[in-house]
Amino acid sequence: MTALADQLLVLCLLLNFAVLGTSRLAFSVRAVALQGVVLGVLPALVHPFSWHLVAIVAGIILVKGAAIPILIVRAIHKADIQREFEPFIGYIPSLVLGALFTALAFIFAARLPLAPEHEGLLFVPASLATLMCGFLVLMGRRKAISQVIGYLVMENGIFIFGLLLAEAMPVMVEAGALLDLLVGVFVMGIVINHISREFSSLDTSRLSTLREE
Amino acid sequence: MYLIWIFVLLPLAGALVAWLIPDNRRRPLVLPVIAVLHLALTVTLLLQTPPPSPDRWIFLDPLGKLSLICNSVLFFICANYAVGYLKLRRKRPNRVLCVSLLVCLSAMTLVAVSQHLGLLWIALEMTTITMAPLIYFNRNARSIEATWKYLLICSVGIAIALLGLFFLAYSTIVAKQEVTLLLGTLIDTAADLHAGWRHAAFIFLLVGFGSKMGLAPLHTWKPDAYGEAPGLVGALLAGGLVNCALLALLRVYQVAVASTEAVLFQEVLLGMGLVSMAFAAVFMARQSDFKRMLAYSSVEHVGIIAVALGLGKGALFGALLHMLNNAFTKGVLFLSCGNIHRAYNSKSTQFVRGALRRTPWSGALFLAAFLAITGSPPFGPFVSEFTIVSSAFVQQNYWTGALFLLFLAMIFIGMASTVIPVVLGKVPDDLERTPYRDTAPTVWPPLVLMALVLMLGLWLPESLQELLHQAAGLLEGGR
Repeated sequence: MTALADQLLVLCLLLNFAVLGTSRLAFSVRAVALQGVVLGVLPALVHPFSWHLVAIVAGIILVKGAAIPILIVRAIHKADIQREFEPFIGYIPSLVLGALFTALAFIFAARLPLAPEHEGLLFVPASLATLMCGFLVLMGRRKAISQVIGYLVMENGIFIFGLLLAEAMPVMVEAGALLDLLVGVFVMGIVINHISREFSSLDTSRLSTLREE
Repeated sequence: MYLIWIFVLLPLAGALVAWLIPDNRRRPLVLPVIAVLHLALTVTLLLQTPPPSPDRWIFLDPLGKLSLICNSVLFFICANYAVGYLKLRRKRPNRVLCVSLLVCLSAMTLVAVSQHLGLLWIALEMTTITMAPLIYFNRNARSIEATWKYLLICSVGIAIALLGLFFLAYSTIVAKQEVTLLLGTLIDTAADLHAGWRHAAFIFLLVGFGSKMGLAPLHTWKPDAYGEAPGLVGALLAGGLVNCALLALLRVYQVAVASTEAVLFQEVLLGMGLVSMAFAAVFMARQSDFKRMLAYSSVEHVGIIAVALGLGKGALFGALLHMLNNAFTKGVLFLSCGNIHRAYNSKSTQFVRGALRRTPWSGALFLAAFLAITGSPPFGPFVSEFTIVSSAFVQQNYWTGALFLLFLAMIFIGMASTVIPVVLGKVPDDLERTPYRDTAPTVWPPLVLMALVLMLGLWLPESLQELLHQAAGLLEGGR
């Protein structure tokens, strides 16, 4: 089963690059949604069967794979934009940096003192690489929606690490974290909607009135 | 036990009621009703602390009690102020404001009582999210910019804290302990945890909770959010939310002290604290927006608390007392400054002058709170700051003590150069008249709070002293 889990993690890493390399917002939302579904399936592969596992898997797939993407797509429609425009870090440099971070994550993770049962698995490097890629999108893009997508990729990276410690994270905590994420994206969606109405653009670099002179 | 659940669920029930009331005028009345009940429950729980829940997830320990006292009292004051404030702003829909305030109160209560770090994290994240619509109450371009910055920086910060928590849990796996995020177990086994992972966890948690608290250099969202939010939201941000993040940091501190890494953790806190005070001292000078100035004052005071935590020993008592003092004094500052803002329809020092003439009560309160927050006797912050600085000298940490005093002096001068003209200057002749006058509903809440700050400076009740000593004991590695 862990072999399949590793393959799914590789898919996760590839989806990071899909988000890094595209300007089309609808496409990156779909990539993040797919990443969410993949992450939802992962716990089923690494933990023994139980009903609360079923609940967690269903919850993750519903929230990360359906509810959050729907919220973002709705925000995209309302704001009526399709593309990221003139990002701070271009697509090619983003991809190169993403590859660099991924490579570094693998080198770094190999040197980390892991528990014996986790050695040789992709969880830790995939988690660190996804985290960094998410951060890259968050920092490098101009549009508010792209920044939310970056935040979600980052959150996914942290989530992968969390898979290593399912026992420490009881169902209630897991469910609470998901709920927080959902409400957070909901609020961000509303704010995005207001940004586009107020500035008639979603360009966050225009949000610069509040500065120290 | 069930009392604690009522405690957490009561504000949520209030939020539901507030959501269902269609009338914009009657809805705010839910706030004081819930606040009074919450305060009454707080007092009950302080007098009669229930035992820990069987799974040890929920327990009100002395640190939680202190945080609860802060938040409950502050919310009571803000809820009563809100009734008067929202009457002035009838045209603005207040459903989202009331509901968010109550949900936030529920989350703040959960932060205070939870002993499981995962649960604590969830509650803290909830407070972050529910504050966003509150900052956006004024619905203009400036407030949306502030909200976006706040949401993004705090969400990322708190996500980093989650990673830190995961690292902490993972250090238990590597050390072949039972995997857990229960505070008690973590403290018991802290010394045996895997050092590398524990180390990484502390750094991530410090960055994560530090950005939520607004420690420099992670404070960049603070001036914007505090500047654009209505006064009563600013009071809750600077008093309530900062205390929740501080409590989370104190939980980590407890684990750090129990492990062998206390010294490193304390040194980082000391450094961040001094940097925060330095930032505040520089940016406070010649600040033309008096609400933004208050934000830098908040950066300064979380810095003071961080310095005290970094010093440890005798300063811990001062840190906890300062947590109370800072929350209450910030409450007075933000509420009175909200009144002045209403009266002048501006928050620029260019137009706002002579507040003592125009709004005598709010002007006087603003001046008194300014004296209190800068550490003048006989107010509460003087006592706590004095405890901290004397502890620095007792520990022969002369550099810290000297820098601390230098920054306090710089901040006093910087803040005075803004506050004195605002309060005592000559009212500009060509100023437009606004309908706002100081009336009882918007004056008595900050007045009561100011009396409390004065009381904390003159007389600390025995029971509160004992509670502070117990809490400081927890931070020194006691159980």
